[in-house]
Amino acid sequence: MTQILTPTPQRRKDASPRRRHPLAIDARSSGGLVAKIVSLGLVLALAVALTPTLVATANWAFLIMLWAVVAVVVAVYLTGRIVPAKYLLPGVLMLVLFLIYPIILTFQLSTTNYGDGTRSSKEAAVARIVGTSAVQVPDGAVYSLVVGTQGAITTGPFEMLLVDTATEQAYVGSEEEGLTELPADTVTVDAGQITAAEGYTILTRQEQNDLSGAGQPLDGFAVPVNDDTVIKAQGFQAIEMRTPLIYDEAADTITNVDTGVVYTAERAPSGDRSYFVDDAGQRLATQSWSENVGTFNFERIFSDQRITGPFLSILGWTLVFAVGSVGSTFALGLLLAVTLNDTRMRGQRAFRSFLIMPYAIPGFISLMVWAGFWNRDYGLVNDMLGTGIDWFGDATWAKVAVLLTNLWMGFPYMFLICTGALQSIPSDLKEAASIDGATGFGQFRRIVFPLLLVSTAPLLVSSFAFNFNNFNAIQLLTKGGPFSPDNPTAGGTDILISYTYRLAFGSGGSQIGFASAVSVLLFVLTGVLAAIQFRGTRKLEEMN
Amino acid sequence: MRRTTITAAIATTALLLTACGGGGGGSEETTSPEAGDSETSAEETSAAPEGEEEETVAVRGDEDLVIWTDDVKLDAVTAAAEAFGEANGISVGVQAIVNTRTDFITANEAGNGPDVLVGAHDWIGQLVANGAIDPLQLGADALGGYAERAVSAVTYNGQLYGIPYGVESLVLYCNTAYAPDTYATLDDAIAAGQAAKDAGQVDSALNVAQGVDGDPYNMQPLYTSAGGYLFGLTADGTPDPADLGVGTPEGQAAAAKLAELGSAGSGVLSTAISGDNAIALFADGRAGCLISGPWALGDVTTGLGEDGFTVQPIPGFAGMGPAVPFMGAQAFYVASNGANKSFAQAFVTGTTGGALNSEDTMQILFDNANLPPAMTSVREAAAAADPLVGVFGDAADQAQPMPAIPAMDQVWTPLGQAYAAIIGGADPAGTMTTAGETISAAIASS
Repeated sequence: MTQILTPTPQRRKDASPRRRHPLAIDARSSGGLVAKIVSLGLVLALAVALTPTLVATANWAFLIMLWAVVAVVVAVYLTGRIVPAKYLLPGVLMLVLFLIYPIILTFQLSTTNYGDGTRSSKEAAVARIVGTSAVQVPDGAVYSLVVGTQGAITTGPFEMLLVDTATEQAYVGSEEEGLTELPADTVTVDAGQITAAEGYTILTRQEQNDLSGAGQPLDGFAVPVNDDTVIKAQGFQAIEMRTPLIYDEAADTITNVDTGVVYTAERAPSGDRSYFVDDAGQRLATQSWSENVGTFNFERIFSDQRITGPFLSILGWTLVFAVGSVGSTFALGLLLAVTLNDTRMRGQRAFRSFLIMPYAIPGFISLMVWAGFWNRDYGLVNDMLGTGIDWFGDATWAKVAVLLTNLWMGFPYMFLICTGALQSIPSDLKEAASIDGATGFGQFRRIVFPLLLVSTAPLLVSSFAFNFNNFNAIQLLTKGGPFSPDNPTAGGTDILISYTYRLAFGSGGSQIGFASAVSVLLFVLTGVLAAIQFRGTRKLEEMN
Repeated sequence: MRRTTITAAIATTALLLTACGGGGGGSEETTSPEAGDSETSAEETSAAPEGEEEETVAVRGDEDLVIWTDDVKLDAVTAAAEAFGEANGISVGVQAIVNTRTDFITANEAGNGPDVLVGAHDWIGQLVANGAIDPLQLGADALGGYAERAVSAVTYNGQLYGIPYGVESLVLYCNTAYAPDTYATLDDAIAAGQAAKDAGQVDSALNVAQGVDGDPYNMQPLYTSAGGYLFGLTADGTPDPADLGVGTPEGQAAAAKLAELGSAGSGVLSTAISGDNAIALFADGRAGCLISGPWALGDVTTGLGEDGFTVQPIPGFAGMGPAVPFMGAQAFYVASNGANKSFAQAFVTGTTGGALNSEDTMQILFDNANLPPAMTSVREAAAAADPLVGVFGDAADQAQPMPAIPAMDQVWTPLGQAYAAIIGGADPAGTMTTAGETISAAIASS
């Protein structure tokens, strides 16, 4: 406060706010300008490069989004009108791309029955069911096959040039006209295969293969022979096949013409998918199809006995697990941090590095090693303690084991953040307290701990949210077990996320639509809990 | 739009489910090693010359014939595929995929899957439910060269879906130091091991991997020998989901026999023996005998030496039925949505020019995979050179193909838990009845 700086007129001129054109070049910014042009050019080039693919696959929504993003990027970085956006835009774009967009997609998916057996549309499923019922006609002919065309070799129309492997008679087969004999003098047959035919261009194997993929002209190419049999390609052979199933589109039924049984589409007991079944409820095939099921998945969470039954006890244990993990790791971490923060302690550095060791080992390895430690007969824990506790076989002991393991996994993190927070607390505060007559513990309780909480509380909240959904710890240690045979879905150490995982992916294939619904609920639940906790931490900040 | 959306959403769901709150504190670092692992190893390996960029979603190569398998089978499949490629002048790519089955279903649906898939026969149920593989048309005479059980394993709903090349099932390993003979009954093997256990030489008479959650796969030979069954067979020999054997009187009687071996009885079976330690303990010489499959051979040979152990098909209990473990067949399948269907079908169903359905190719597969061949002529030749192959093959011939029907998915967990409870001393009849009811209810409601 001794001097008042008076800028010289020269300086003022330099510092004066002057609107410059964003592309104006001066000596200082030319490097930055080049970088800007190059990066914007790259963004544009990427968008241009992606456009043909998106147009070809009719991904209109993505195309619009892509160019909208490009427009925003160019507008923000080229005009210089919205300076704050320059700093916010990358973060916002990432947030939308990696957080908001996935959540929207997950929500979308949660209204469908998408999963194993329901991946395709109904038309595709029906086609598969009818198609895969085709079998070779008993004693039916087998032909060696080449594909020929009287048109272009990429577009056709294509015809099968066949040689019966038994009679060596040559045929031509087309989708419209069926099978016709070819006079022997119009074809050249070599090693049982047609190598030349009058009027036809013969495709090489490579060319035939290229047209044989899914959705290509030769995919599903079938030559009708009799009323109900067709010749179909299998590799470079062709086989006479027959399907007993016929789909009636108007009635939406599949009929087996051999047995006369009519199969109708009917909702399965699971409630989210349909199958073709006969009168007795016997399924024609295990294939179902994707459907929009609205809020069914959400209703199921609240109405399915298997879910609602154990839900409250699992939620309870999830909370105990999360609170217990955070509490125990924080308590141990804090204790160690305070102890090692004392300057009278010798070998501070050595102890500190030693204590971070569990954190340095990859968590997956730690968890799997610990899973072995808890084995009743061969595990380290029982060996050292001389006990015979069936750690993972008893629900209570399993919970203890999980909590202890998670304590080992988590305390170095708490130790680290507490050590950092302790060192940032000014020592003059403690000095002042001791001058006022506070004891060591009093100092800690009234001065150090509250100040420590200000900086660590948000981390405790996020740690809670993490442990609330700590799938790895449960899955790698106990897989949610132990279970009782009467309830194979809910184990003694199941937290919500491991329980959900088993419901969705555990048995009977993946139920991705249902899993999405539970994910959405868990997202909301975790969000609400975190919001409440952050509200709580605000009080601490006010204290500061 | 739709497929992209769905793929993205699946990835998202998986992320949300497995790593919710990954941005939080606690042991947050634990999420990263897995992500790293799956990124680097989910990709193809040296076999395909073109290097794919690393992505979490498996991406097919662009060869004329693309085959997906796992890294265990990679060498064998690569050797067979390259022979086919050379004979036909086409390029082949074999990729090892970590989550072969699920990645295949997803990729095939999205149209960027492989042309051919190699995997275990019990995948067929799920693959067919998703319309992911095509049935193959081969006459009965074309399949006459294969072991009968191997063919029935890859037949589903009356259609042939794959060509089997290898078979495997559980066998009985015994440590010659404590149980030197081959045994006519399982009781004799247990008695030999028990003597060594009583003398303090080993910790366990017979290792049957169960763990705290039980393991129906490893228990199956004991359960069947004691008279139990999982599913009855329909007229055409396929498992019948309507005839569940778990809670039946036969199932209860078998469970009573298992209880005699559990902690309330002789203590041979223990939940402390799990899939993680059963083989290792035996290879360390700490168990008299072990029930495991050909996959244990490497560890056991390393641990006990070439002459330190015997291998035999699992015998039944004295005075009871034969032990019938599950048989697994490894097979080649044609993807329904592949880009090179002609070459894929020609490779899998063909009999000449390096195609799969031939002695030459089956020999190549055996030489590289060392799995008992499914083709009988190849197996006989292999057994003549290495008697163990014959033993593994015989054991597989006595075994029952693992059911590929969807109802089987509902069996594993409840039945495993029932086994664990029974070993631990729970009432066998009541426990099996409960498990049977749970399984039936789950099958009925699916």
